[in-house]
Amino acid sequence: MQNILLNIDTATIDWSRAQFALTAIYHWLFVPLTLGLAVIMGIAETCYYRTKKHFWKEVAKFWQKLFGVNFAMGVATGIILEFEFGTNWSNYSWFVGDIFGAPLAIEGILAFFMESTFVAVMYFGWKKVSPGFHLASTWLTGLGATISAWWILVANAWMQYPVGCEFNPDTMRHEMVDFFAVAFSPFAVGKFCHTVISAWIIGAVFVVAVSSWYLMKKREQKLAVESIKIASIVGLIASLGAAFTGHISGQQVAKVQPMKLAAMEALYNGGTEQGLTAVAWVNPFRQPDYANEQAAPLKIDMPYALSIMATNDPKGYVPGINDLLNGYTLPDGTSEPSVEEKMERGRLAIQTLADYRKAKAEGASKEELSPLLATLSANMPYFGYGYIRDRSEVVPYVPVNFWAFRIMVGAGCLFILFFAVLVITSFRIPYVTIITRRLLASLGLIHESHADTVGADALPVWHYWLAIALVPLSYIASESGWLVAEFGRQPWTIQDMLPTWAAVSDLNSGSVAITFFLFLILFTTMLAVEINILLKQIKKGPSA
Amino acid sequence: MRKDNFFSWAFLLYYDGFRSMTLGKTLWLIIFIKLFIMFFVLKLFFFPNFLSQHAAEGEEDEFVASELIERQAP
Repeated sequence: MQNILLNIDTATIDWSRAQFALTAIYHWLFVPLTLGLAVIMGIAETCYYRTKKHFWKEVAKFWQKLFGVNFAMGVATGIILEFEFGTNWSNYSWFVGDIFGAPLAIEGILAFFMESTFVAVMYFGWKKVSPGFHLASTWLTGLGATISAWWILVANAWMQYPVGCEFNPDTMRHEMVDFFAVAFSPFAVGKFCHTVISAWIIGAVFVVAVSSWYLMKKREQKLAVESIKIASIVGLIASLGAAFTGHISGQQVAKVQPMKLAAMEALYNGGTEQGLTAVAWVNPFRQPDYANEQAAPLKIDMPYALSIMATNDPKGYVPGINDLLNGYTLPDGTSEPSVEEKMERGRLAIQTLADYRKAKAEGASKEELSPLLATLSANMPYFGYGYIRDRSEVVPYVPVNFWAFRIMVGAGCLFILFFAVLVITSFRIPYVTIITRRLLASLGLIHESHADTVGADALPVWHYWLAIALVPLSYIASESGWLVAEFGRQPWTIQDMLPTWAAVSDLNSGSVAITFFLFLILFTTMLAVEINILLKQIKKGPSA
Repeated sequence: MRKDNFFSWAFLLYYDGFRSMTLGKTLWLIIFIKLFIMFFVLKLFFFPNFLSQHAAEGEEDEFVASELIERQAP
């Protein structure tokens, strides 16, 4: 999918991919705010439960109201993705549906029911249940949403690292043989932690932004100051947590998706003692000439950091794009075959599958089929490579991976700094708060009169505008993470198993294009409506 | 509220809750419109089950096998 920004390909496969990307990106605009606000509203109501002060009840109800708007707009947007599996990705659906479908089904049956049950108590039960039961319902609403996220991320993690399954050539399906390997794969656990924690950042940024707007308007000041206190702590913990879990995810990617890591880093030629690229010139609009260039131009890296990130060893080996294409052998004897070797084995797997099915249809005996099954089983790990025509097809689109990763990490670092300063200036931390405020005053970043005060209401206006500006940045960072996850896996729908052109249904590209634009209109309308309702409710304030 | 009857209590929870909704009514209207468009327009007219349209029941494996085998690289 070269140059999509400049020349959208009208072929079925690219429209199907674009449609899935569009709907997934839109879905992910609503979900993280649900997950993030759930934490904030839970903490606010916990404060009410502990203090019995009416103020905290109003704070909790206000954030629950905004949670409800986002929840209502976002609910069922994920179902569209399941429609697409059945129509646009039918080969994929049949081939891996036995495994992929299970977590989605569990999500619908368990998590969504839990979420929808307790959200009713949360909204309708203030006067009907005890404060303790209501508080539990509020937290269980958030927990239900989080469990939903678990199962969806289990499904996506399985696409990145397919485990716990065996291929049945009779049914043409991968069949689950180990549910726990799928549900609790290290990749799923890492992905879940990183994704959910990053959603808490969005919730915290949103709360700080809304509260900052109130402080600028000199309205609801107590609600704003206290909400910023909660959100700043949640945001700081989440930002640090996202960095840590991101490191874990990076290590997992290095182990099971080394080509994705190479693309993220624009690492054309790897080796030991690899540095982590801070910045380099990677043309955003075309695939780099990785075969002939030694490295991306103007590269500035942090020495050893990539080797440490990938292997926990500053001298660890990290393969580049060309190493993965050409194959390599490590000193410890571990070897990675070349792409051409994998393609050969993949073709053998597909041909053996054809031979097996033909022989079975013709009534071959078990003894005659056994060697075919053995050959198929031995080469199944390379099945997807049987569809690769040229080695360049296994290289993801480097510019998107490279820049999306940097946007995500850069924003993450900014959030750590932002929330750290917010915590320090909002709370009376002995010595630290006053020293920080006086330092900020000496730098001209806050007014002298605020140097010895504490609280988010004693911050300059530019700080409030920054907080508001961080809302779109937090979404861009979050979506960038998904771009890395999904673009980095290309061309595979399931890593090494099924490339996009094998997985897609043989549909007329025009019909896919039509639904692409229908979704664009539908989701953009929903987003505009949500923003409109949210802004109205924020303007009305908690007393409305 | 009859606390000794859970079903009555649950019914009243939802009944009183929906009756007293203000913003919630708007949100529910949006939800219904959205779900209607998704299930009765998009799903019905634009997202049929591809496999059931192209393969007889019980022969999906044959269809997918031919698709996957024919698409292998030359």
